[in-house]
Amino acid sequence: MSAVDPTFDLDGQPVPLQPGDTILSAAARAGLDIPHLCWSDEVSGSASCRLCTVLADGRPVAACVTPAVAGQKVECRTASLATQRLRLLQMLFVEGNHFCPGCEKSGNCVLQVQAERAGMTALHFEALNPERPVDASHPDVLFEPNRCILCQLCVRASDEIDGKRVFAIGGHGIATRLLIDSPSGRLGDSALSVHDRAAHICPVGALLPKRVGFAVPIGRRRFDNEDTRG
Amino acid sequence: MNAPVASTPPRKLRVATVSLAGCFGCHMSLLDIDERLFDLVERVEFDRSPLTDIKTVGEHDRCDIGLVEGGLCNAENVEVLRAFRDRCTVLVAVGACAITGGLPALRNHLDVGTVLQSVYGRVPDDPELPLPLNRVLPIHEVVHIDHALPGCPPPADAFWQLLQDLMAGRAPASAPGLIRYD
Amino acid sequence: MDAADSDGPARLAADAVMARWRRDPHALVQILRDTQAVTHWLSRPLLAHIAGALGLTLAQVEGVAGFYRFFHTRPVGRTRLLFSDNITDRMLGSETLLAQLCARLGVAPGEVDAQGRFSVDRCSCTGLCDQGPALLVNHHQVVTRLDAARVDALADLLLAGTPVGQWPAEWFAVVDGVQRADVLLGGLADDAPALPVVLAQSPQALLDEVAASGLRGRGGAGFPAARKWLACRDAAGDLRVVVCNADEGEPGTFKDRVLLASHADAVFDGMTVAARAVGAQQGFVYLRGEYRFLLPQLEQVLARRRAQGLLGPDACGISGFDFDIALHLGAGAYVCGEESALIESLEGKRGTPRIRPPFPVQAGYLGRPTVVNNVETFCAVAHIARRGGAWWAGIGTAQSTGTKIHSVSGDCARPGLYEYPLGTPIAQMLDDCGARDAQAVQVGGPSGTCVPAPEFNRAIAFEDVPSAGAFMVFDRTRDLFEVARHFARFFAHESCGLCTPCRVGTELVVRRLDKLAHARGAGQGSAFDIALLHDLDTALHSGTHCGLGASACNPLRDTLRHFGAAYAQRATAPQFQPDVDLDAELSSARRATGRDDAGAHLHTDTPA
Repeated sequence: MSAVDPTFDLDGQPVPLQPGDTILSAAARAGLDIPHLCWSDEVSGSASCRLCTVLADGRPVAACVTPAVAGQKVECRTASLATQRLRLLQMLFVEGNHFCPGCEKSGNCVLQVQAERAGMTALHFEALNPERPVDASHPDVLFEPNRCILCQLCVRASDEIDGKRVFAIGGHGIATRLLIDSPSGRLGDSALSVHDRAAHICPVGALLPKRVGFAVPIGRRRFDNEDTRG
Repeated sequence: MNAPVASTPPRKLRVATVSLAGCFGCHMSLLDIDERLFDLVERVEFDRSPLTDIKTVGEHDRCDIGLVEGGLCNAENVEVLRAFRDRCTVLVAVGACAITGGLPALRNHLDVGTVLQSVYGRVPDDPELPLPLNRVLPIHEVVHIDHALPGCPPPADAFWQLLQDLMAGRAPASAPGLIRYD
Repeated sequence: MDAADSDGPARLAADAVMARWRRDPHALVQILRDTQAVTHWLSRPLLAHIAGALGLTLAQVEGVAGFYRFFHTRPVGRTRLLFSDNITDRMLGSETLLAQLCARLGVAPGEVDAQGRFSVDRCSCTGLCDQGPALLVNHHQVVTRLDAARVDALADLLLAGTPVGQWPAEWFAVVDGVQRADVLLGGLADDAPALPVVLAQSPQALLDEVAASGLRGRGGAGFPAARKWLACRDAAGDLRVVVCNADEGEPGTFKDRVLLASHADAVFDGMTVAARAVGAQQGFVYLRGEYRFLLPQLEQVLARRRAQGLLGPDACGISGFDFDIALHLGAGAYVCGEESALIESLEGKRGTPRIRPPFPVQAGYLGRPTVVNNVETFCAVAHIARRGGAWWAGIGTAQSTGTKIHSVSGDCARPGLYEYPLGTPIAQMLDDCGARDAQAVQVGGPSGTCVPAPEFNRAIAFEDVPSAGAFMVFDRTRDLFEVARHFARFFAHESCGLCTPCRVGTELVVRRLDKLAHARGAGQGSAFDIALLHDLDTALHSGTHCGLGASACNPLRDTLRHFGAAYAQRATAPQFQPDVDLDAELSSARRATGRDDAGAHLHTDTPA
């Protein structure tokens, strides 16, 4: 180690970095928030949501998978990136069916809180109105594909933590969707257990453990607290 | 820059409100601004609104602000929304249903005829009744919307903030914490 | 209804295919291709069978089968016809011919006829723009120069059940169409030194010559070839790989098809030089699925080269230089032209671009340091290795050395291949190909640049207008809005679906352009629609996972800038106009109530 720990600059703040750090992981350790949806320190990155796009020395990169480089100038809180985050969130909202008042994930939903933080008041784009059948076949876990944002967290948690490979990505383009590995393609016939990490890692209300909805009253949910709302 | 000094009190802003395919919950939340209502009626005049029972929006004078609760469920909703767009300078989508279609849109994957049949036993066909749309639509897909106030309902403070901004001639900017979707 | 449904025969076919590929899960794309060639489509039970045999999950195999446009997971006809749907095919009347064939066969586009005999659909550009309209038969043969008479005869044969092998041979004729040859299309000189003589130089000397040549990659990005090779050579690892990117998917590009058809030895020479320079043992040609018809002749060339000792153990007589080349077929996915997506596909996976770093030169195919270069790049290497880097550097401009092959199509008298030194002005190329009254040229394909007439004095070079090789000419009768809309559909169709802006954004662009194109009533679109298109353009240019998303709005951006009137005339309404047909939205209620009075209808246009 040199006398002075290497750092990079995030919006004017020096961020210490360690070998193997991405911009996002270093910022997270320093307690600095770079908005993100599809990243978790539990599994490898997919770089799919692009919400964590920052300018690294002027170049747009996904902070979740881009190695942090000492001396680099990283910008996150700029007006144009704020607009970009807003547009990405609006795209995710119109792509799926995200009606918060009717969703039991409300108050605990990362998509919701990111959009609220980003100042999203309207959809901006036309709703694409997907009509994918809900899969309630599993005794303990519900799959509502119209809320899936294709972040791949469940895919990776099942592969890397649970060792079960229950999920995969199928299709392409706007028809991309989450696949379930079972003879019927339904969750009830898969190897998923409610005790799996994959059953709980969903940032939105696409994969929900059954019979615990609305257990936490409004006001005490994960993002009801002003400190965690951001 | 020196603004001209007003010799007379500023003109009251004309405000219209309506609930289309909504539950009036947003209107109730507007009333929840409580004692600030006194302040409000000093500075605005209500045009068409459930508060006034005026039936036609902007019939005599254009409105400065239109607040639209609820999505578009039937032909009449569309006509009313168009009248609001036509007669209001600033149109605001208020609440989750106006912005996304909301709870009424849960019927969107069902056939309207089947729904009517199963709810009423026979399909109501009185020409006085507006026909339901195949799908409940958010209002921004039919007219241009200037601002939106999310929430189910939007918090009273969010209404107050919006109205204060518009009354002051500012672009509305919701304070952190006032944007929430449930 | 088909072999795939009745388990037995389909499974036997898959078993035979898998045995041929030694049950290697990395060969999954090849296994699915070869199996489908027998079973016509890939049923879920069949995918489960393949998954079990390869040690993969059904979801993984389903994910791969659902990714590539040429794999069918629903029943299709025993004969499958795909009309090439590049804008140049459309300009030659492909849509009319498609409709004609469908009418004759009694089948709708995208559907199968009742007897399961044929299905007709569209596919992305097949790389036959100078001899189109073209169609692809069973993802194998191509029929070129379609016209009404040929389509009629085709329908006769299809209805009579005549096997493809008995169709007139001239229908399958694919010509090189070289209009202007320079060093690459001119071919190696008869007295050019043989490859073993060339490879007598040290690997470092080979690399030095390529560095001295200033050769930059011909696939579009223009990365210096020698720098890529050096990084690969110096990367940690025992095994190295050289990949020839023959996934020529950029619409309007067909130069690599000709290089592979007529100069395959030069391409393989170049690959072998690269392998020697970086120390690679393994070579692949990733051949786009649309060029399946080239496979037998390429296999023949490789077999001959093995017999000549140019490939295999101690290749070219160099002790310890073991290098061979395998052919890998794509299955209809434009994004696989991106080098890391191509490597994923080579490994039998969905062709989704990888997260970088690590870059392919550090960890590519199966984690091995891998060089991926374009067909034309390798072809250039074959010449540079013989004539020296200085010779190549003396052609073209200082920053853009050497020649470049252009695939010219569209509104011109003489479409085909034109090879020029880099730095050649567009105007000269237009003159040479007999383009009269051109209003724009799409250089480098949809992901490239739309150059309007006032800028025809610009030159094709990395420092001016870079090009991956497409040169599509549009005369003044063409509507550049429709051209941009066509390209937007292409990108939405080809998006891999990984990242939000590309997956959702490309779809939203298509919907908004469709709204302007099909606007109901007199009001048409409005300035609100144009503003939204600008928003989408900004979003897609502000951080997508790969170049596909980043360039998906290039045609929109260029045409908005240079041909704004084409948009403005579709956006004349003073008010926002809905895209929803509001009167049609009352159709169910009208049907249920039996009402048709004035109150049972809505105008879709917003009154001004």
